[in-house]
Amino acid sequence: MSELPAPAPPVNIETEPFWAATAEGRLLLLRCDDCGAVIWYPRSICPNCRSSTTSWFEASGRGIVYSYTVVRRGQGRWREAAPYVVAYVELEEGPRLLTNIVDCDPDEVRIDMAVRVRFDPTGEGPALPRFVPDPSAH
Amino acid sequence: MAHYGAPLVSVRAKAHIAGIYEHPGREIPDQTIPQIHAQVAQGALADAGLTLDDVDAYFCAGDAPGFGGLSMAEYLGLRLHHIDSTEIGGSSYQNHVGHAAQAIAAGHCQVALVTLAGRPRTGGAGPGGSGRISSAPEAAFENQYGMSVTAGYALAAMRHMHDFGTTSAQLAEIKVAASVHAQHNPHAFLPDLVTVDEVLESPMVSDPLHRLDCCVITDGGGAVVVVSPEVARDLDRSTAVVLGHGFAAKHADFGRIDLTHTGAVDSGPMAFAEAGINAADIDYVSIYDSFTITVLQTLEDLGFCAKGEGGGFVSDGALQAPDGLLPFNTDGGGLCSNHPGNRGGMTKILEAVRQVRGEAHPAVQVPDCELVLAHGTGGSLATRMGSATIILGRVDT
Repeated sequence: MSELPAPAPPVNIETEPFWAATAEGRLLLLRCDDCGAVIWYPRSICPNCRSSTTSWFEASGRGIVYSYTVVRRGQGRWREAAPYVVAYVELEEGPRLLTNIVDCDPDEVRIDMAVRVRFDPTGEGPALPRFVPDPSAH
Repeated sequence: MAHYGAPLVSVRAKAHIAGIYEHPGREIPDQTIPQIHAQVAQGALADAGLTLDDVDAYFCAGDAPGFGGLSMAEYLGLRLHHIDSTEIGGSSYQNHVGHAAQAIAAGHCQVALVTLAGRPRTGGAGPGGSGRISSAPEAAFENQYGMSVTAGYALAAMRHMHDFGTTSAQLAEIKVAASVHAQHNPHAFLPDLVTVDEVLESPMVSDPLHRLDCCVITDGGGAVVVVSPEVARDLDRSTAVVLGHGFAAKHADFGRIDLTHTGAVDSGPMAFAEAGINAADIDYVSIYDSFTITVLQTLEDLGFCAKGEGGGFVSDGALQAPDGLLPFNTDGGGLCSNHPGNRGGMTKILEAVRQVRGEAHPAVQVPDCELVLAHGTGGSLATRMGSATIILGRVDT
């Protein structure tokens, strides 16, 4: 299994708490204090009700694969990483986020497969949330 | 908030497409991008029987270099009353035609020029026109995972297959139909007939999309001239009347993305309502075809078949001109002929105008072609995307 690149993300004042938590191995999400929507990606306005009052909470880190693709031809620094899996994972809390499925044969990934988060260090503080198969899920 | 129904000022029959031009090149190493814009502008105006002196409105998207419309207005020496640089990727040009019709209907201008030019093939740009711009607020959450343009469409295709049983062989039928048409286009980048098996045997790029599920990467350009009915009446050239326009911006909401439908579910009904017709009335469609899955989902979302039944709909030659149920992209489309600047919206309009003027290649001309639709898709598919639909009608002279 080839190692995937883990490029450091750009961090700004809206997203700093999210990335700081990844360095500690925690997946934070924002919930709107007014309408209760769980918001992805993190931002300072609730795009559901437009409230500016939101609170961070720690997600379970568990989810299922909503869709995936096996990239056979990566570009740039991803060329040597191919084949690798890009997927949308639907978290237990609702949001679907773009990520990689790792620690498994790319050809074994399936829609609705149970996965849990893993954090890959970027070497610059933030870690990237990626997902691995979760055989303990039922 | 109502999206559909008759707008306060309808564009129905308030503007005509009077001139079109498609650059014949697919590799253009010896022209600059402004030069290609200029060539296609003059070509489309000449087709209409007009000149750059007649232009009082200019429309362009992100492919126009420098300061966009301002830079090109200076380069071309235009004297403008109206300008619009709406940038929604490959769907920009359908929206430009709609916006031009609105501006003409409102009396702001009489002769609107829309141009596109790009050189991704010989100019060094990578594949894909949407870009994943690093300053975008979503960038940090999407760019770290080796996402590619093809992967974005593949994610939609995979979920569509899961939900509806769509197969790779059904997607391949779309490429086959495009190649049937491309045989008759001397400028087509891929002029050879391909079979379903050849599509399925081509290398996998990003599961489930094969190399032949992808459009071509070509240099090129195109232009459209939209004029008022008064100007159209004085021209010797046959025109296509603009009957309806719809636009939608679909995005991931707040992480509740649904990959199995596109913005066409909104832009289509808007355009049909304005035109006062239904999908069943359409004789020919130009459907944005960055990938085969783009066509399949768009056909469903525009109402040419039920959601999830696109795979069956495109099989058995339904898309093949002249006798298929719904002939599409009779120039070979982006899948085989041309996808200039990684933006296929313009060429979709051009072939729709050829069809409704009765000037498509005789082998693919749809008989009695009266109502046509041209649909543009911008950005990615079903994630963050623009959808723009225009409906054009034949003008009997």
